[in-house]
Amino acid sequence: MDARVVTITSGKGGVGKTTLSANLGAALAMRGQRVAVVDADVGLRNLDVMLGLENRIVYDLVDVIEKRCRLRQALVRHKQLSKLYLLPAAQTRDKSAVHSEDMMWVCDELREEYNIILIDSAAGIEQGFRYAMEPADEVVIVTNPEVPAARDADRVIGLIEAEEKGPARLVINRVKPEMVKRGQMLSIADVVELLAIELIGVVPEDESVLIAANRGEPLTLSSNHSRAGQAFHDIARRLLGEDVPFPPLREPGMLERFLRFVSLD
Amino acid sequence: MGFFERLFGRREPPSGRIAKDRLRLVLTQDRAGISPALLDTLKDEIIAVISSHVAIDVDGVQVSVTQSGHESSLVADIPLTNPRSTRGR
Repeated sequence: MDARVVTITSGKGGVGKTTLSANLGAALAMRGQRVAVVDADVGLRNLDVMLGLENRIVYDLVDVIEKRCRLRQALVRHKQLSKLYLLPAAQTRDKSAVHSEDMMWVCDELREEYNIILIDSAAGIEQGFRYAMEPADEVVIVTNPEVPAARDADRVIGLIEAEEKGPARLVINRVKPEMVKRGQMLSIADVVELLAIELIGVVPEDESVLIAANRGEPLTLSSNHSRAGQAFHDIARRLLGEDVPFPPLREPGMLERFLRFVSLD
Repeated sequence: MGFFERLFGRREPPSGRIAKDRLRLVLTQDRAGISPALLDTLKDEIIAVISSHVAIDVDGVQVSVTQSGHESSLVADIPLTNPRSTRGR
């Protein structure tokens, strides 16, 4: 099977790697892909919570690596999406429990069963980043339109180029169209120009993201017509090779507010 | 910015613009591995070397890193002092 390993990373923490991993995983599974999402943030696991699977975990990545269980036993199937599986991180261990070689053989085994393996990397540029990068066929870098996040993204882009990993593509998350319009926020064009990297997604700031996370349901699964949910679906389509134009940035319109109101979100 | 400053047009650039300029500067420095302190050192040493051979306007010297695409260059702008005074010598 021609499987792809896509590592999602960012440099800076808190920019939305795990949110993207969960939503992209769900959106890809909804398009018929067999998807494994791997939480590589050992010691600070959160992808289970984002996917609403925190009560179903029996074994984790470190159990697999240390041979306390078989890989298949550690994979947790999503409640609604039969093609989406999570390989959770260990919560009570740290990054030193995982090495690049471990990630390589785990991903090689996953490649047998899945079309797409999404690795949710740890923040930073240390071991947690390095072992998440090792098996990557391609990389998605998440950033926010802010100087510190963009600067850290640039550092990561430099490291990826030095390792000749890639291609790396960029998701700009938490864009506030109204602030961009007033000139009070870095624009998409500014960030793309300065980071000099291909864009694969623009996700507007959207309360629906937090609401979905509160519930443990990926936003891409819900039918509430959110702008962010649409943006995640667009990224999934671009990842699958579709040519999806970038919609113009806009504030939520009347229709969207109405639809959200009647769906009681 | 206060009401009167806005009214009389003394405008600061919007913060998005400031962010872009600052980001450009830090990225240029990060990529080249040249800190502002190193730039100052380079500037002092360049002035010392050049001024021992040519009369230069020390206050006008500017040393910076510029970037176009993936290429960075170190650019030194070194104005000469009053070239007319040496004419016809």
